[in-house]
Formats: sequence, structure tokens, C-alpha cells
Amino acid sequence: MSAYIIRRLLYAIPILIGVNALTFVLFFVVNSPDDMARMHLGGKRVTDQAIEAWKEDHGYNKPLLFNEAAAGTAALTDTILYEKSIKLFLFEFGQSDSGRDISEDISQRMWPSLAIAVPTLLVGLAINITFALLLAFFRATYLDFWGVVICVAMMSISSLFYIIGGQFLVGKLLNLVPISGYDTGLHAWKFMILPVIVGVIGGIGSGTRWYRTLFLEEIHRDYVRSARAKGLSEHWVLFRHVLRNALIPILTGVVVVLPLLFIGSLLVESFFGIPGLGSYTIDAINNQDFAIVRAMVFLGAVLYIIGLLLTDISYTIADPRVRLD
Amino acid sequence: MAFQPVILWTDALVYLLLVLIGLMVWYTRRHEHLLTPWRRVSGSRTGQATMVVLGFYIAVGLMDTLHFNPQTGVDDAGKPIYSTEVLSVFDVVAGPLRTQREKTYSAPFATHLFSKENVQTADGRMERIFPRLQYGGAHLDASGAGKLADIVQKGAIGAAQGVVAWALLILLLNKLRIGRIRDLLAGRRPQPWHVGAWTALAMFAFVGALWELSGYYHVLGTDKVGEDVFFQSLKSIRTGLIIGTLTTLVMLPAAILLGIMAGYFRGWVDDVIQYLYTTLNSIPGVLLIAAAVLMMQIYMSNNADQFNSLTERADLRLLFLCLILGVTSWTGLCRLLRGEALKLRELEYVQAARAFGVNHFRILVRHVLPNVMHIVLITVVLDFSGLVLAEAVLSYISIGVDPATNSWGNMINGARLELAREPVVWWSLLAAFTFMFTLVLAANLFSDVVRDAFDPRLREQR
Repeated sequence: MSAYIIRRLLYAIPILIGVNALTFVLFFVVNSPDDMARMHLGGKRVTDQAIEAWKEDHGYNKPLLFNEAAAGTAALTDTILYEKSIKLFLFEFGQSDSGRDISEDISQRMWPSLAIAVPTLLVGLAINITFALLLAFFRATYLDFWGVVICVAMMSISSLFYIIGGQFLVGKLLNLVPISGYDTGLHAWKFMILPVIVGVIGGIGSGTRWYRTLFLEEIHRDYVRSARAKGLSEHWVLFRHVLRNALIPILTGVVVVLPLLFIGSLLVESFFGIPGLGSYTIDAINNQDFAIVRAMVFLGAVLYIIGLLLTDISYTIADPRVRLD
Repeated sequence: MAFQPVILWTDALVYLLLVLIGLMVWYTRRHEHLLTPWRRVSGSRTGQATMVVLGFYIAVGLMDTLHFNPQTGVDDAGKPIYSTEVLSVFDVVAGPLRTQREKTYSAPFATHLFSKENVQTADGRMERIFPRLQYGGAHLDASGAGKLADIVQKGAIGAAQGVVAWALLILLLNKLRIGRIRDLLAGRRPQPWHVGAWTALAMFAFVGALWELSGYYHVLGTDKVGEDVFFQSLKSIRTGLIIGTLTTLVMLPAAILLGIMAGYFRGWVDDVIQYLYTTLNSIPGVLLIAAAVLMMQIYMSNNADQFNSLTERADLRLLFLCLILGVTSWTGLCRLLRGEALKLRELEYVQAARAFGVNHFRILVRHVLPNVMHIVLITVVLDFSGLVLAEAVLSYISIGVDPATNSWGNMINGARLELAREPVVWWSLLAAFTFMFTLVLAANLFSDVVRDAFDPRLREQR
């Protein structure tokens, strides 16, 4: 098991190198630092001195790959590739283009993201599984049929509609909770309710439908038929046999997104003014702060790979038939 | 009217797509085994109804794809001068909808502007009133009395026109091949064509009524700069369809080629391809799109002189968005195809072909590819609705289509702050969401039908 984990961790290295190379090409080769500086300083009427000064301030004034002026290893380390890209492997994200320390921003902003994303995931999971079990219990009846129709209809509604509609209905018409904002500590609860509700409702359609498919697939298996043949009641079959076995794919689907919860939801956070990593990313995109976008791309890739690893491990825990070696 | 045809990049790709679909239809019609699953699609009531709805969207989208420069005059030498403005056939059909602009917001079917303005009255005093709209309900008298009766009347006329158009279409189809109309409408045919026919009737009547009314009113109101929201929503159809279809079109060659190669050759080819898609897959899609679009924005703003017109620029941006969405979405299909090819390469007929010394390329094209096409088709249809929805979200975080392009995402983005107004400006949002919902719902239902018809695994269960 530990040998497997180590091997998987080693396998992650070339992938991260690939991600890094891709972002490097995207951010520094497609457009030169000069282009970036001009963009930030605004338009064409920018003097060369201003561009040089901007690059100097943000550390983009070094050569891309190889510094001929420097001696020894500095020829390789005193470059943009090393300073801006390779240092990401050490989780040194450096400074954002507006001069703030990215690592510190991230460590502060991931908590509000988690505070929204974790309840959304858990509540959503509970509700989706309940609905899906209900539909599976009443399979091939009108209840099942209309349940699926409602699910498909809910899937077809844009997530923007849920957010805007939720804000309008609950926040503005009913005046129950604040429309947006955040507070420190436990006072944050009233700002959390609406985003969580919106997030859960937005996921019901696709989630319920997907879990229903998993349950139905399981219900047609031979062992379920044997269980029924033994004379077990339908409830018992459903909860004891079907639910437990169907939980394996559900569990792995959940585990893979766990690490990504840190990043939060871009849309929900920016609409509700939650100071999490999602709105951080959106602000960075809108302000064209490339250092932050670059850091988030790398962080996202790392978290995704951790998610994949956790999935594999959770398989062995949930299903003793699976062996990793 | 003289004109000069314009083919934008996305137009060219749409034409290519049409040619490919045409070839596919031509090929399928000649092969009974390929026709069978399609019969199952047309044999489904849901399939019939959704195809009609999708047909309406596609018709508008295609009309909006035929672009041209209108002629503005003649120069001294007698040569025609063409405007640099790019119009589409749909713009011409929509006619007054496009040009009849009000000053600012007005509610659906309103005769007066939404906000008060200072207006000078006949005796020279200034007064704060809701000014009369310039075009909306202009045929009514000054007070706008009798509006409701007028709307009902105009709507009924429009619906009747729609019904007549529908009847003509049915008669035309009847001339072609479909047999007795009474049998068709009563559902006495083996295929449920009557569902399609009745859906078409409802759509024709509804669209006819809306169309007739839109000549006299702003049926969905006007937006901040006074543009008709109904017109905007219709123009957005093309953007939605382009994102949903061209994205898959541009990613298909890579996904198919790499997927079946990885599964068929295994070994180092498989390793390289797996590495490629794992790497791309491990970057969260939104972030990759954001990074790429940001870079494109810089490129476009620093090389603004390369683009002849705003339309061309917006169009290239749309194409680029399709490309980058394609890059993020091909991995799923590639993995599915790899798995399938892994299975197929061990089957007897592939083994036999190899034993006969058929070369790899031929095996891939003749034996592997046809047997994975159902997966490709199912994925393409399933992806469509997700892409349409994604466009709106991306446009909201300003990494979507060009702000100058008509799209539902841009409409929502422009209108969302107006919900804070009192009274609320809701029609832009509602229009965009309704148009998007109808398209996505139809696409979702249709894709379910296609999946059920083509997936052999699902077929065995029945």
C-alpha cells in the first residue's frame, strides 16, 4: 500500500512538470512580459521606461530561460523560468502583480471557501441520496417518471438562474438573510445559509439523477435478486444491500472533489461576496493579475492529483476486494 | 438589394459541419444497420417533440450564419460600394426588430418608457413624465388605450398565420412522401410522427403570434440602450449553437485519433497519450480557460490592427473560445475511446485482420473506428447542453465571448445588476434564461433518446 502511494506520488511529478510547462508557455512565451506590462499600464502610449520599471517592480525583467550575464548556477536560477515557474513546486507563489503575498492570501482565503463548500457538499449529498433512493424505491411508477422529468428540467436551468433567483427571492423579497457579504467567526452563519441552499438546489437535478442510475444498476444485480428470493423486505434490500454497494461509486466520486473544495466555487463566491479563493481567482481574472492565476492553476492541479490518489486509497477502504499493488 | 457575401471563420466551420452531417446522412441512408438506431430515435415521442424544438433553434441559427455586407451606394466609376457593416439574413428577416431602438428600458408590451424623464410640454413647462415610446405600440393613440384587445387581436392573427404556414409545410411534406395526412395526425402510423406534427403546430402558432406582435410592440421589452430584448435573445441562439457544436467539432479529430491509437497500440504510445490527457485534465477547466482567454485578450489588444472589423474580432474570439473549451473537454471522450479500443483490439475480427497482414492504419479505420462511432455520437450529443450552459457562466466571469457578441451570458451579465432597481427590471434576465432553458431542456431530452437508441448496453436491458 505505502509502496503504491509512493509510486503514485512519484508519478505526479511529471504531470506537475507538464502543467508547469504549459502555464509557462501560456504566460511567458505566447505573450512576452513586455506585452503584459503594456496591458497593465494601459494601451499603446506607454513609454519604454515605464515598461522597464513595471517589469523591474514585478521581477519580469530577467531573461526567460538562461541568464548569460550571471555566473555559475545563477545563470539558471536568475531567470523567469526559475523565479516564476519552478518555485511553484516549493509552493512559493511569490507576490501578486498588485504586490501582495499570494501564499498568505491563499492561507487566509481558503477558510471561507471551505465554510461554504463543505456544508454544500454534505447537505447536497444527503438530499441527493435520499431523493435517489426514493425514486429507486418507486421505480417504474409515475412518481419515478415525474421525478426524473423534474431532475432533467432542473439540470437544464443555468446555475446563474439559481444564484440570481435565490438572491432575489430569499434576500430581497423575503428579506430573510443578507444578500451578500461575510463576517468573521461564528457570525458568518447567516451569510452562509443562502449560498449553501443555492449550491445544494443547483446540484439536485444532476446529482439525484446520477445516483438513481447507480442504484438502479445495482438493483438489477443477481445478489439483490437472491436477497429478495430469501424473502427480505424491499426496505431491507434497499438499505442493507443496494445502498451499501452503490455507495462505492458515490464515495469515489465525492473523494475526488474533496481537495478541490479548498478552491471553492467561483460563481457562488463572487455573487455572494464571500472572500474565498473562488472570488480571489475571479478578482485576479478581472484585474488581469497573472501571478495569481498562475498560482491557482498550479494549486488546482496539485489538489486534483491529491484527489485522484485519495480516490484510489478510498477504494481499498470501501471495497475490500480492491487491492493496490 | 445587392450584397457581398462575407464568410467569417465560424461560418466556414458551420458550413463544414453541415457538409459533414450531409455526408453522414447520405452514408447512413445506404446502410440498414446504421439506420436502425435512428429509427429508434424517430420512434420515440420525446425524440419527435425535441427534434422539432431544436429544429426551430437551428433554423434561426443558420439564418444568422449567412453573413454579407449590404450595398450602400455606387461610386463614380459605377462600381458598387459595400458597407463594412456585417449583416446576416436573419437581420434582414427581423427587419424592424433590429432598427427600432428606444431610448432606454421599457417593459414588455409597454407603450411608455420605464423611467421618468423631463419633457417639455406644449406650453413650455418642464414636466416629469413617462415619455411615450417611439416604436412600441406606436399605432395606438397617445394614451395607449385598448392595448389588451389589440394584443389579443394581433396575437390571434399571428397565430393564424403560423397555423397556415404549418399547414403549407405539412402539405409540402405530404407531396414528398409521408402518406395520408389524417393517418399521420391521428397517430395511425408505425412511427409517432403525429407527436412531431402537433409540436410543430404549437410552435408555429406560438412563434407566429410572437412574430406578429413584435412588429408592433417590444414583446420582451427593451434593454438599457433601448435594444429589443426579443431580437437579442434570437441573435444569441447562434452563439449558443456555435459553442455547443463547434467545440465538439474541433476537438473530435484529436480525441478520436489519440483515443483509439492509445487503446490499439498500447505500449509507449499509450503512455504518452495518457500522460497528455492526465496533465490537461489535472488543471481545473475554468482556470485553464481563464488563463488562455486572458492571454488571448492581451494578444488581441496588442495586435488590434490585425483585425479588419469588430465583427471579425468578436468572431475570432468566439472561435478561440470554442477551441479552448475543446481542449478542456476532449479528455473524457479520449479516455472512453481508449478503453473501448483496448477491448476491440482483442476481438477475433481485429486479430484476423492482423493475421492477414492488414496494416495498422487500415485496421484502425475499417475495423476499430466504425465500432466506436456510437460512443462518439452519444458524447457529442450529451456534451452539447453542458457547453451551452458553460457559455453563460464564462461570459459572466468575463472570460467568455466578446462583449459585442449577442449571447445569453452577456444578456444576463448586463441585466443582473438591474435586479437591485426598484421597480425591478426583470425581462432581460427572464428572456435569456427562458431561451437558454428551452434549448438546453430540448437538448437534454434529445440526448437521452439518442443514448438509449445507440448504447448497446442499455438496449440489452430492455
